Amino acid sequence: MTGDHDALISPLPGHSSNGRLERVLRRGEFAVTAELNPPDSADPSEVFERAAVFDGWVDGINATDGSGANCHMSSVGVSGLLTRVGYAPVMQISCRDHNRIAIQGNVLGAAAMGVCNLLCLSGDGVQNGDQPEAKPVFDLDSMSLLQMVRTMRDESRFLSGRKITSPPQLFLGAAINPFAPPHDFRPHRLAKKIEAGAQFVQSQYCFDIPMLETYMARVRELGLHEKCFIMIGVGPLASARAAKWMRTNVPGVHIPDSVIQRLEGATNQRQEGAEICVDLIQQISEIKGISGVHMMAYRQEEQVADIVHRSNILRGRRPWKREEGPTSAAADEMTAEIGEKVELADAVAAASGDSQVA
Amino acid sequence: MSGTSAYEPAGTGHVRRARSAFTIRLWAVRHARFLEFIYDAFASVLLTLHPLWKAIGYHRVEKPVVVIESMVKSFLFDCRMCGQCALGDSGMSCPMNCPKGIRNGPCGGVRADGNCEVEADMPCVWVEAWSGSQQMKKKDNILNLQTAIDHSLRGSSSWLRATADKARAQEDSS
Repeated sequence: MTGDHDALISPLPGHSSNGRLERVLRRGEFAVTAELNPPDSADPSEVFERAAVFDGWVDGINATDGSGANCHMSSVGVSGLLTRVGYAPVMQISCRDHNRIAIQGNVLGAAAMGVCNLLCLSGDGVQNGDQPEAKPVFDLDSMSLLQMVRTMRDESRFLSGRKITSPPQLFLGAAINPFAPPHDFRPHRLAKKIEAGAQFVQSQYCFDIPMLETYMARVRELGLHEKCFIMIGVGPLASARAAKWMRTNVPGVHIPDSVIQRLEGATNQRQEGAEICVDLIQQISEIKGISGVHMMAYRQEEQVADIVHRSNILRGRRPWKREEGPTSAAADEMTAEIGEKVELADAVAAASGDSQVA
Repeated sequence: MSGTSAYEPAGTGHVRRARSAFTIRLWAVRHARFLEFIYDAFASVLLTLHPLWKAIGYHRVEKPVVVIESMVKSFLFDCRMCGQCALGDSGMSCPMNCPKGIRNGPCGGVRADGNCEVEADMPCVWVEAWSGSQQMKKKDNILNLQTAIDHSLRGSSSWLRATADKARAQEDSS
Protein backbone atom coordinates (compact mmCIF):
# COMPACT_ATOMS: atom_id res chain seq x y z
CA MET A 1 0.00 0.00 0.00
CA THR A 2 1.10 3.50 -0.72
CA GLY A 3 -0.32 5.05 2.41
CA ASP A 4 -2.61 7.06 0.21
CA HIS A 5 -5.79 7.93 2.11
CA ASP A 6 -7.95 7.61 -0.95
CA ALA A 7 -6.88 4.11 -1.90
CA LEU A 8 -9.11 1.25 -0.80
CA ILE A 9 -7.66 -1.13 1.74
CA SER A 10 -6.69 -4.42 0.11
CA PRO A 11 -8.30 -7.53 1.54
CA LEU A 12 -6.16 -10.12 3.31
CA PRO A 13 -4.39 -12.62 1.03
CA GLY A 14 -6.85 -15.25 -0.18
CA HIS A 15 -9.78 -13.02 0.74
CA SER A 16 -11.95 -11.10 -1.66
CA SER A 17 -13.47 -8.70 0.88
CA ASN A 18 -12.55 -6.91 4.07
CA GLY A 19 -15.60 -8.37 5.76
CA ARG A 20 -15.71 -10.06 9.12
CA LEU A 21 -17.92 -12.88 7.84
CA GLU A 22 -15.39 -13.96 5.22
CA ARG A 23 -12.54 -13.88 7.76
CA VAL A 24 -14.50 -15.95 10.29
CA LEU A 25 -15.39 -18.55 7.64
CA ARG A 26 -11.90 -18.74 6.18
CA ARG A 27 -10.46 -19.21 9.67
CA GLY A 28 -12.56 -22.37 9.85
CA GLU A 29 -14.89 -21.15 12.58
CA PHE A 30 -18.53 -22.21 12.66
CA ALA A 31 -20.24 -18.99 11.59
CA VAL A 32 -23.66 -17.64 12.49
CA THR A 33 -25.70 -15.16 10.49
CA ALA A 34 -29.19 -13.87 11.25
CA GLU A 35 -31.92 -12.32 9.19
CA LEU A 36 -33.14 -8.83 10.10
CA ASN A 37 -36.79 -8.14 9.45
CA PRO A 38 -36.63 -4.71 7.75
CA PRO A 39 -38.99 -2.05 9.12
CA ASP A 40 -41.94 -0.51 7.30
CA SER A 41 -40.63 2.86 8.33
CA ALA A 42 -38.22 5.65 7.44
CA ASP A 43 -36.80 5.75 10.96
CA PRO A 44 -33.18 4.55 11.14
CA SER A 45 -33.43 3.85 14.87
CA GLU A 46 -35.83 0.99 14.08
CA VAL A 47 -33.07 -0.68 12.08
CA PHE A 48 -30.53 -0.18 14.89
CA GLU A 49 -32.98 -1.57 17.47
CA ARG A 50 -33.64 -4.62 15.36
CA ALA A 51 -29.92 -5.22 14.84
CA ALA A 52 -29.11 -4.73 18.52
CA VAL A 53 -30.85 -7.99 19.53
CA PHE A 54 -28.20 -9.93 17.57
CA ASP A 55 -25.29 -7.97 19.00
CA GLY A 56 -22.40 -10.18 19.99
CA TRP A 57 -24.08 -13.38 18.77
CA VAL A 58 -23.82 -13.30 14.99
CA ASP A 59 -21.09 -12.78 12.38
CA GLY A 60 -23.36 -11.22 9.79
CA ILE A 61 -26.82 -9.71 9.54
CA ASN A 62 -28.88 -10.38 6.42
CA ALA A 63 -30.69 -7.36 5.03
CA THR A 64 -33.55 -8.81 2.98
CA ASP A 65 -34.62 -7.32 -0.33
CA GLY A 66 -38.41 -7.24 -0.23
CA SER A 67 -38.63 -10.86 0.89
CA GLY A 68 -41.82 -12.62 -0.06
CA ALA A 69 -42.37 -9.77 -2.55
CA ASN A 70 -43.55 -7.56 0.32
CA CYS A 71 -42.49 -3.93 0.44
CA HIS A 72 -40.13 -2.87 3.27
CA MET A 73 -37.09 -0.61 3.70
CA SER A 74 -34.63 -1.46 0.91
CA SER A 75 -31.68 -3.77 1.49
CA VAL A 76 -29.28 -1.03 0.33
CA GLY A 77 -30.76 1.33 2.93
CA VAL A 78 -30.67 -1.19 5.77
CA SER A 79 -27.13 -2.31 4.87
CA GLY A 80 -25.89 1.27 4.65
CA LEU A 81 -27.29 2.02 8.10
CA LEU A 82 -25.78 -1.14 9.57
CA THR A 83 -22.27 -0.41 8.28
CA ARG A 84 -22.47 3.09 9.82
CA VAL A 85 -22.40 1.55 13.27
CA GLY A 86 -20.00 -1.27 12.48
CA TYR A 87 -22.26 -4.25 11.82
CA ALA A 88 -21.43 -6.69 9.01
CA PRO A 89 -24.50 -6.82 6.77
CA VAL A 90 -25.12 -9.49 4.16
CA MET A 91 -26.94 -7.47 1.56
CA GLN A 92 -29.51 -9.46 -0.37
CA ILE A 93 -30.21 -8.55 -3.98
CA SER A 94 -33.13 -10.07 -5.79
CA CYS A 95 -33.73 -9.86 -9.52
CA ARG A 96 -37.44 -9.24 -9.11
CA ASP A 97 -37.42 -5.46 -8.75
CA HIS A 98 -34.29 -4.21 -10.49
CA ASN A 99 -32.78 -4.60 -13.91
CA ARG A 100 -29.05 -4.97 -14.52
CA ILE A 101 -28.46 -1.21 -14.70
CA ALA A 102 -30.02 -0.61 -11.28
CA ILE A 103 -28.32 -3.62 -9.71
CA GLN A 104 -24.82 -2.69 -10.85
CA GLY A 105 -25.35 0.83 -9.52
CA ASN A 106 -26.57 -0.53 -6.20
CA VAL A 107 -23.60 -2.89 -5.93
CA LEU A 108 -21.17 0.00 -6.32
CA GLY A 109 -23.14 2.18 -3.91
CA ALA A 110 -23.37 -0.54 -1.30
CA ALA A 111 -19.67 -1.39 -1.55
CA ALA A 112 -18.84 2.30 -1.18
CA MET A 113 -20.87 2.35 2.04
CA GLY A 114 -18.83 -0.53 3.43
CA VAL A 115 -20.98 -3.52 2.50
CA CYS A 116 -18.72 -6.57 2.14
CA ASN A 117 -21.15 -9.44 1.66
CA LEU A 118 -23.69 -9.85 -1.10
CA LEU A 119 -26.33 -12.54 -1.40
CA CYS A 120 -27.53 -12.98 -4.98
CA LEU A 121 -31.09 -14.21 -5.35
CA SER A 122 -33.65 -14.64 -8.09
CA GLY A 123 -36.40 -13.50 -5.73
CA ASP A 124 -39.98 -14.52 -5.06
CA GLY A 125 -42.64 -13.98 -7.68
CA VAL A 126 -44.65 -10.75 -7.23
CA GLN A 127 -47.78 -12.88 -6.96
CA ASN A 128 -46.74 -13.99 -3.47
CA GLY A 129 -46.51 -10.50 -2.05
CA ASP A 130 -48.64 -7.58 -0.98
CA GLN A 131 -48.57 -5.93 -4.42
CA PRO A 132 -49.31 -8.55 -7.08
CA GLU A 133 -50.15 -5.76 -9.54
CA ALA A 134 -46.46 -4.86 -9.80
CA LYS A 135 -44.43 -5.57 -12.92
CA PRO A 136 -41.94 -8.35 -12.26
CA VAL A 137 -38.54 -7.41 -13.68
CA PHE A 138 -36.44 -10.59 -13.64
CA ASP A 139 -33.95 -9.16 -16.11
CA LEU A 140 -31.32 -11.55 -14.70
CA ASP A 141 -31.51 -14.70 -12.62
CA SER A 142 -29.43 -15.54 -9.56
CA MET A 143 -26.67 -17.15 -11.67
CA SER A 144 -26.28 -14.37 -14.21
CA LEU A 145 -26.39 -11.92 -11.29
CA LEU A 146 -23.51 -13.77 -9.60
CA GLN A 147 -21.52 -13.78 -12.83
CA MET A 148 -22.14 -10.09 -13.32
CA VAL A 149 -21.01 -9.04 -9.84
CA ARG A 150 -17.97 -11.30 -10.06
CA THR A 151 -17.02 -9.61 -13.33
CA MET A 152 -17.35 -6.22 -11.63
CA ARG A 153 -15.14 -7.35 -8.76
CA ASP A 154 -12.49 -9.41 -10.55
CA GLU A 155 -12.26 -7.68 -13.91
CA SER A 156 -13.18 -4.13 -12.82
CA ARG A 157 -15.78 -3.73 -15.49
CA PHE A 158 -19.52 -3.53 -15.90
CA LEU A 159 -21.44 -6.19 -17.83
CA SER A 160 -21.17 -3.87 -20.83
CA GLY A 161 -17.37 -3.95 -20.61
CA ARG A 162 -17.05 -0.37 -19.43
CA LYS A 163 -14.27 0.14 -16.90
CA ILE A 164 -14.81 0.53 -13.14
CA THR A 165 -12.06 2.62 -11.51
CA SER A 166 -12.29 1.06 -8.01
CA PRO A 167 -13.94 -2.36 -8.10
CA PRO A 168 -16.26 -3.46 -5.27
CA GLN A 169 -14.52 -5.82 -2.82
CA LEU A 170 -17.20 -8.35 -2.08
CA PHE A 171 -17.74 -11.80 -0.64
CA LEU A 172 -20.32 -13.37 -2.91
CA GLY A 173 -23.15 -15.54 -1.69
CA ALA A 174 -26.14 -17.38 -3.09
CA ALA A 175 -29.10 -19.36 -1.82
CA ILE A 176 -29.71 -23.10 -1.95
CA ASN A 177 -32.73 -25.22 -1.17
CA PRO A 178 -31.83 -28.88 -0.64
CA PHE A 179 -35.43 -29.58 0.41
CA ALA A 180 -37.28 -28.91 -2.86
CA PRO A 181 -37.58 -31.17 -5.91
CA PRO A 182 -35.83 -32.25 -8.13
CA HIS A 183 -33.62 -33.53 -5.30
CA ASP A 184 -31.03 -35.24 -7.49
CA PHE A 185 -30.43 -32.04 -9.43
CA ARG A 186 -29.98 -29.77 -6.39
CA PRO A 187 -26.27 -30.56 -5.76
CA HIS A 188 -25.52 -29.91 -9.45
CA ARG A 189 -27.28 -26.59 -9.16
CA LEU A 190 -24.99 -25.68 -6.26
CA ALA A 191 -22.06 -26.58 -8.53
CA LYS A 192 -23.43 -24.18 -11.13
CA LYS A 193 -23.73 -21.41 -8.55
CA ILE A 194 -20.13 -21.98 -7.49
CA GLU A 195 -19.07 -21.85 -11.12
CA ALA A 196 -20.98 -18.57 -11.44
CA GLY A 197 -19.08 -17.09 -8.50
CA ALA A 198 -20.74 -18.12 -5.21
CA GLN A 199 -18.22 -18.25 -2.33
CA PHE A 200 -20.80 -18.97 0.37
CA VAL A 201 -24.38 -20.17 0.32
CA GLN A 202 -27.24 -19.86 2.78
CA SER A 203 -30.01 -22.44 2.62
CA GLN A 204 -33.75 -22.37 2.99
CA TYR A 205 -35.13 -23.49 6.40
CA CYS A 206 -33.93 -26.94 7.37
CA PHE A 207 -36.30 -29.12 9.40
CA ASP A 208 -35.36 -32.46 7.85
CA ILE A 209 -31.91 -33.71 8.85
CA PRO A 210 -31.98 -37.00 6.85
CA MET A 211 -32.80 -35.06 3.68
CA LEU A 212 -29.95 -32.64 4.40
CA GLU A 213 -27.58 -35.54 4.99
CA THR A 214 -28.46 -37.11 1.64
CA TYR A 215 -27.84 -33.76 -0.05
CA MET A 216 -24.56 -33.18 1.77
CA ALA A 217 -23.30 -36.67 0.93
CA ARG A 218 -23.69 -35.84 -2.77
CA VAL A 219 -22.17 -32.37 -2.23
CA ARG A 220 -19.10 -33.98 -0.64
CA GLU A 221 -18.84 -36.50 -3.49
CA LEU A 222 -18.71 -33.58 -5.89
CA GLY A 223 -16.19 -31.83 -3.62
CA LEU A 224 -18.34 -28.72 -3.47
CA HIS A 225 -17.91 -28.15 0.28
CA GLU A 226 -14.25 -27.40 -0.41
CA LYS A 227 -15.06 -24.69 -2.91
CA CYS A 228 -17.81 -22.91 -1.04
CA PHE A 229 -18.90 -22.24 2.56
CA ILE A 230 -22.27 -23.86 3.17
CA MET A 231 -24.50 -22.30 5.81
CA ILE A 232 -27.80 -23.97 6.66
CA GLY A 233 -30.94 -21.99 7.40
CA VAL A 234 -32.72 -22.63 10.69
CA GLY A 235 -35.39 -20.91 12.72
CA PRO A 236 -37.71 -21.46 15.67
CA LEU A 237 -41.32 -22.34 14.90
CA ALA A 238 -43.77 -20.34 17.04
CA SER A 239 -46.43 -23.07 17.17
CA ALA A 240 -47.77 -26.11 15.32
CA ARG A 241 -50.31 -23.85 13.67
CA ALA A 242 -47.62 -21.46 12.46
CA ALA A 243 -45.65 -24.41 11.13
CA LYS A 244 -48.62 -25.70 9.17
CA TRP A 245 -49.29 -22.22 7.82
CA MET A 246 -45.67 -21.86 6.77
CA ARG A 247 -45.46 -25.10 4.88
CA THR A 248 -48.59 -24.36 2.87
CA ASN A 249 -48.01 -20.65 2.29
CA VAL A 250 -44.27 -20.01 2.13
CA PRO A 251 -42.76 -21.34 -1.11
CA GLY A 252 -39.99 -23.89 -0.71
CA VAL A 253 -40.40 -24.63 3.00
CA HIS A 254 -40.46 -28.32 3.85
CA ILE A 255 -41.55 -29.29 7.37
CA PRO A 256 -41.94 -33.02 8.12
CA ASP A 257 -45.01 -34.20 10.05
CA SER A 258 -42.79 -35.42 12.90
CA VAL A 259 -41.77 -31.82 13.69
CA ILE A 260 -45.39 -30.69 13.76
CA GLN A 261 -46.34 -33.63 16.00
CA ARG A 262 -43.54 -32.75 18.41
CA LEU A 263 -44.87 -29.19 18.60
CA GLU A 264 -48.45 -30.35 19.10
CA GLY A 265 -47.39 -32.62 21.95
CA ALA A 266 -45.75 -29.81 23.91
CA THR A 267 -47.42 -27.72 26.61
CA ASN A 268 -45.46 -24.60 25.67
CA GLN A 269 -45.24 -24.75 21.89
CA ARG A 270 -43.13 -21.61 21.55
CA GLN A 271 -40.53 -22.99 23.95
CA GLU A 272 -40.61 -26.36 22.19
CA GLY A 273 -40.08 -24.57 18.86
CA ALA A 274 -36.88 -23.03 20.19
CA GLU A 275 -35.88 -26.42 21.63
CA ILE A 276 -36.32 -28.06 18.20
CA CYS A 277 -34.21 -25.29 16.69
CA VAL A 278 -31.38 -25.90 19.19
CA ASP A 279 -31.50 -29.65 18.43
CA LEU A 280 -31.40 -29.00 14.68
CA ILE A 281 -28.43 -26.65 14.98
CA GLN A 282 -26.48 -29.19 16.99
CA GLN A 283 -27.22 -31.94 14.47
CA ILE A 284 -26.36 -29.66 11.55
CA SER A 285 -23.04 -28.62 13.10
CA GLU A 286 -21.99 -32.26 13.17
CA ILE A 287 -22.50 -32.84 9.44
CA LYS A 288 -19.23 -32.71 7.54
CA GLY A 289 -18.91 -29.88 5.06
CA ILE A 290 -21.19 -27.39 6.81
CA SER A 291 -19.59 -24.10 7.82
CA GLY A 292 -22.34 -22.34 9.71
CA VAL A 293 -26.00 -21.65 10.31
CA HIS A 294 -28.24 -18.87 9.11
CA MET A 295 -30.93 -17.92 11.64
CA MET A 296 -34.29 -16.88 10.27
CA ALA A 297 -36.34 -16.17 13.37
CA TYR A 298 -39.07 -14.09 11.82
CA ARG A 299 -40.83 -12.10 14.57
CA GLN A 300 -38.88 -14.09 17.16
CA GLU A 301 -35.56 -12.33 16.65
CA GLU A 302 -35.12 -11.86 20.40
CA GLN A 303 -34.78 -15.64 20.72
CA VAL A 304 -31.71 -15.83 18.47
CA ALA A 305 -29.15 -15.02 21.18
CA ASP A 306 -30.60 -17.62 23.53
CA ILE A 307 -30.77 -20.32 20.83
CA VAL A 308 -27.20 -19.65 19.68
CA HIS A 309 -26.02 -19.71 23.30
CA ARG A 310 -27.80 -22.95 24.18
CA SER A 311 -26.70 -24.78 21.05
CA ASN A 312 -23.07 -23.94 21.96
CA ILE A 313 -21.98 -23.66 18.31
CA LEU A 314 -19.79 -20.64 18.96
CA ARG A 315 -17.69 -22.85 21.26
CA GLY A 316 -16.74 -19.97 23.49
CA ARG A 317 -16.13 -17.56 20.62
CA ARG A 318 -17.67 -14.10 20.93
CA PRO A 319 -18.60 -12.45 17.63
CA TRP A 320 -18.00 -8.72 17.24
CA LYS A 321 -20.04 -6.54 19.60
CA ARG A 322 -20.81 -2.88 19.31
CA GLU A 323 -19.39 -1.00 22.28
CA GLU A 324 -19.92 2.53 23.44
CA GLY A 325 -17.02 4.89 22.83
CA PRO A 326 -15.37 6.44 25.92
CA THR A 327 -17.04 9.51 27.37
CA SER A 328 -15.00 12.70 27.84
CA ALA A 329 -14.58 11.94 31.53
CA ALA A 330 -13.31 8.43 30.83
CA ALA A 331 -10.92 9.75 28.19
CA ASP A 332 -9.57 12.32 30.68
CA GLU A 333 -8.99 9.54 33.16
CA MET A 334 -7.10 7.45 30.60
CA THR A 335 -4.95 10.31 29.38
CA ALA A 336 -4.29 11.57 32.93
CA GLU A 337 -2.06 8.54 33.48
CA ILE A 338 0.25 9.70 30.74
CA GLY A 339 0.78 12.82 32.78
CA GLU A 340 -0.33 15.53 30.48
CA LYS A 341 -3.73 16.79 29.62
CA VAL A 342 -4.85 15.91 26.11
CA GLU A 343 -7.86 17.40 24.42
CA LEU A 344 -10.23 14.66 23.27
CA ALA A 345 -10.52 16.18 19.80
CA ASP A 346 -6.72 16.14 19.38
CA ALA A 347 -6.52 12.55 20.58
CA VAL A 348 -9.12 11.48 18.06
CA ALA A 349 -7.36 13.38 15.29
CA ALA A 350 -4.04 11.81 16.18
CA ALA A 351 -5.51 8.32 16.28
CA SER A 352 -7.05 8.73 12.86
CA GLY A 353 -3.80 9.99 11.39
CA ASP A 354 -4.98 13.54 10.76
CA SER A 355 -2.60 15.15 13.21
CA GLN A 356 -0.37 17.87 11.84
CA VAL A 357 1.90 17.72 14.87
CA ALA A 358 5.09 15.79 14.31
CA MET B 1 -47.54 -14.06 -31.72
CA SER B 2 -47.99 -13.87 -27.99
CA GLY B 3 -44.29 -14.25 -27.36
CA THR B 4 -43.04 -11.02 -28.83
CA SER B 5 -44.85 -8.70 -26.44
CA ALA B 6 -43.34 -7.57 -23.14
CA TYR B 7 -42.60 -10.27 -20.64
CA GLU B 8 -45.68 -11.36 -18.78
CA PRO B 9 -45.43 -14.05 -16.17
CA ALA B 10 -47.81 -16.95 -16.22
CA GLY B 11 -50.70 -16.82 -13.83
CA THR B 12 -50.87 -13.08 -13.20
CA GLY B 13 -53.92 -12.65 -15.37
CA HIS B 14 -57.41 -13.66 -14.41
CA VAL B 15 -57.33 -16.67 -16.70
CA ARG B 16 -56.20 -19.70 -14.75
CA ARG B 17 -54.65 -22.40 -16.87
CA ALA B 18 -55.61 -26.00 -16.22
CA ARG B 19 -53.14 -28.85 -16.44
CA SER B 20 -54.45 -29.69 -19.92
CA ALA B 21 -52.98 -26.41 -21.18
CA PHE B 22 -49.52 -27.94 -20.78
CA THR B 23 -50.19 -31.25 -22.57
CA ILE B 24 -48.08 -30.58 -25.67
CA ARG B 25 -45.25 -28.93 -23.74
CA LEU B 26 -45.08 -31.99 -21.48
CA TRP B 27 -45.20 -34.32 -24.49
CA ALA B 28 -42.17 -32.50 -25.92
CA VAL B 29 -40.23 -33.09 -22.71
CA ARG B 30 -41.19 -36.78 -22.62
CA HIS B 31 -39.88 -37.08 -26.17
CA ALA B 32 -36.80 -34.95 -25.60
CA ARG B 33 -34.47 -37.58 -27.06
CA PHE B 34 -36.52 -37.79 -30.27
CA LEU B 35 -36.82 -34.01 -30.59
CA GLU B 36 -33.10 -33.61 -29.97
CA PHE B 37 -32.50 -35.93 -32.95
CA ILE B 38 -34.94 -33.96 -35.14
CA TYR B 39 -33.42 -30.67 -34.02
CA ASP B 40 -29.86 -31.77 -34.76
CA ALA B 41 -30.90 -32.98 -38.22
CA PHE B 42 -32.80 -29.77 -38.89
CA ALA B 43 -29.88 -27.63 -37.72
CA SER B 44 -27.52 -29.35 -40.14
CA VAL B 45 -30.01 -28.80 -43.00
CA LEU B 46 -30.15 -25.09 -42.14
CA LEU B 47 -26.36 -24.99 -42.00
CA THR B 48 -26.07 -26.70 -45.38
CA LEU B 49 -28.34 -24.01 -46.79
CA HIS B 50 -26.09 -21.28 -45.37
CA PRO B 51 -24.88 -20.20 -48.87
CA LEU B 52 -28.52 -19.75 -49.87
CA TRP B 53 -29.33 -17.63 -46.79
CA LYS B 54 -26.21 -15.61 -47.44
CA ALA B 55 -27.12 -15.09 -51.10
CA ILE B 56 -30.64 -13.90 -50.26
CA GLY B 57 -29.41 -12.04 -47.22
CA TYR B 58 -30.02 -13.14 -43.63
CA HIS B 59 -31.95 -9.95 -42.90
CA ARG B 60 -34.39 -10.69 -45.75
CA VAL B 61 -35.16 -14.27 -44.72
CA GLU B 62 -35.48 -13.23 -41.06
CA LYS B 63 -39.13 -12.18 -41.28
CA PRO B 64 -40.64 -15.31 -42.92
CA VAL B 65 -38.44 -17.59 -40.80
CA VAL B 66 -39.58 -15.85 -37.60
CA VAL B 67 -43.21 -16.53 -38.56
CA ILE B 68 -42.56 -20.24 -39.11
CA GLU B 69 -40.23 -20.61 -36.14
CA SER B 70 -42.70 -18.92 -33.84
CA MET B 71 -45.58 -21.10 -35.04
CA VAL B 72 -43.69 -24.37 -34.69
CA LYS B 73 -42.04 -23.59 -31.37
CA SER B 74 -45.10 -21.96 -29.83
CA PHE B 75 -47.07 -25.09 -30.64
CA LEU B 76 -44.48 -27.54 -29.33
CA PHE B 77 -42.82 -25.67 -26.46
CA ASP B 78 -45.02 -22.61 -25.69
CA CYS B 79 -42.03 -20.68 -27.02
CA ARG B 80 -41.77 -16.99 -26.07
CA MET B 81 -39.39 -16.08 -28.94
CA CYS B 82 -36.62 -14.84 -26.67
CA GLY B 83 -34.29 -15.13 -29.66
CA GLN B 84 -31.64 -17.14 -27.79
CA CYS B 85 -33.05 -20.62 -27.73
CA ALA B 86 -31.83 -22.72 -24.80
CA LEU B 87 -33.97 -25.81 -25.48
CA GLY B 88 -30.92 -27.98 -26.12
CA ASP B 89 -29.60 -27.07 -22.66
CA SER B 90 -32.92 -27.35 -20.89
CA GLY B 91 -34.23 -30.80 -21.77
CA MET B 92 -36.58 -29.39 -24.43
CA SER B 93 -38.51 -27.47 -21.76
CA CYS B 94 -38.61 -23.75 -22.61
CA PRO B 95 -37.14 -21.80 -19.67
CA MET B 96 -38.93 -18.62 -20.68
CA ASN B 97 -42.15 -20.18 -19.44
CA CYS B 98 -40.79 -19.87 -15.91
CA PRO B 99 -42.76 -16.99 -14.35
CA LYS B 100 -39.43 -15.64 -13.10
CA GLY B 101 -37.71 -16.16 -16.46
CA ILE B 102 -35.00 -18.20 -14.73
CA ARG B 103 -32.59 -19.64 -17.28
CA ASN B 104 -30.55 -21.51 -14.69
CA GLY B 105 -33.33 -23.14 -12.69
CA PRO B 106 -35.04 -24.54 -10.81
CA CYS B 107 -35.52 -21.95 -8.07
CA GLY B 108 -35.96 -22.88 -4.43
CA GLY B 109 -39.72 -22.41 -4.45
CA VAL B 110 -40.69 -25.59 -6.32
CA ARG B 111 -43.63 -27.28 -4.61
CA ALA B 112 -43.35 -30.79 -3.20
CA ASP B 113 -45.41 -32.09 -6.15
CA GLY B 114 -42.96 -30.53 -8.60
CA ASN B 115 -45.26 -27.69 -9.58
CA CYS B 116 -44.42 -23.99 -9.86
CA GLU B 117 -44.54 -21.80 -6.75
CA VAL B 118 -46.20 -19.01 -8.69
CA GLU B 119 -48.65 -20.96 -10.83
CA ALA B 120 -49.82 -23.89 -8.73
CA ASP B 121 -51.19 -26.02 -11.57
CA MET B 122 -48.18 -25.68 -13.85
CA PRO B 123 -45.38 -28.25 -13.61
CA CYS B 124 -42.12 -26.38 -12.92
CA VAL B 125 -40.39 -25.92 -16.27
CA TRP B 126 -37.04 -26.73 -14.67
CA VAL B 127 -38.24 -29.92 -12.97
CA GLU B 128 -39.41 -30.93 -16.46
CA ALA B 129 -36.11 -29.74 -17.93
CA TRP B 130 -34.16 -32.01 -15.60
CA SER B 131 -36.24 -35.08 -16.52
CA GLY B 132 -36.06 -34.22 -20.24
CA SER B 133 -32.31 -33.65 -20.17
CA GLN B 134 -31.72 -37.07 -18.61
CA GLN B 135 -33.11 -38.76 -21.72
CA MET B 136 -31.07 -36.69 -24.11
CA LYS B 137 -27.78 -37.67 -25.68
CA LYS B 138 -26.26 -34.41 -24.47
CA LYS B 139 -27.57 -34.90 -20.96
CA ASP B 140 -24.88 -32.77 -19.36
CA ASN B 141 -25.88 -29.68 -21.32
CA ILE B 142 -28.19 -28.76 -18.46
CA LEU B 143 -25.09 -28.16 -16.34
CA ASN B 144 -24.01 -25.37 -18.70
CA LEU B 145 -24.15 -21.93 -17.12
CA GLN B 146 -26.48 -19.62 -19.06
CA THR B 147 -25.22 -16.06 -19.20
CA ALA B 148 -27.42 -12.97 -18.86
CA ILE B 149 -30.13 -12.93 -21.50
CA ASP B 150 -29.96 -10.27 -24.21
CA HIS B 151 -33.43 -8.72 -24.23
CA SER B 152 -32.73 -6.86 -27.46
CA LEU B 153 -32.91 -10.17 -29.34
CA ARG B 154 -36.55 -10.78 -28.36
CA GLY B 155 -38.68 -11.66 -31.35
CA SER B 156 -35.76 -12.51 -33.62
CA SER B 157 -35.00 -15.90 -35.15
CA SER B 158 -32.87 -18.15 -32.99
CA TRP B 159 -32.60 -20.69 -35.82
CA LEU B 160 -30.99 -18.22 -38.21
CA ARG B 161 -28.69 -16.79 -35.55
CA ALA B 162 -27.46 -20.26 -34.56
CA THR B 163 -26.92 -21.13 -38.23
CA ALA B 164 -25.00 -17.92 -38.95
CA ASP B 165 -22.87 -18.40 -35.82
CA LYS B 166 -22.02 -21.98 -36.76
CA ALA B 167 -21.18 -21.00 -40.33
CA ARG B 168 -18.90 -18.24 -39.04
CA ALA B 169 -17.20 -20.66 -36.65
CA GLN B 170 -16.64 -23.10 -39.54
CA GLU B 171 -15.18 -20.39 -41.75
CA ASP B 172 -12.93 -19.20 -38.95
CA SER B 173 -11.57 -22.68 -38.28
CA SER B 174 -11.00 -23.53 -41.95
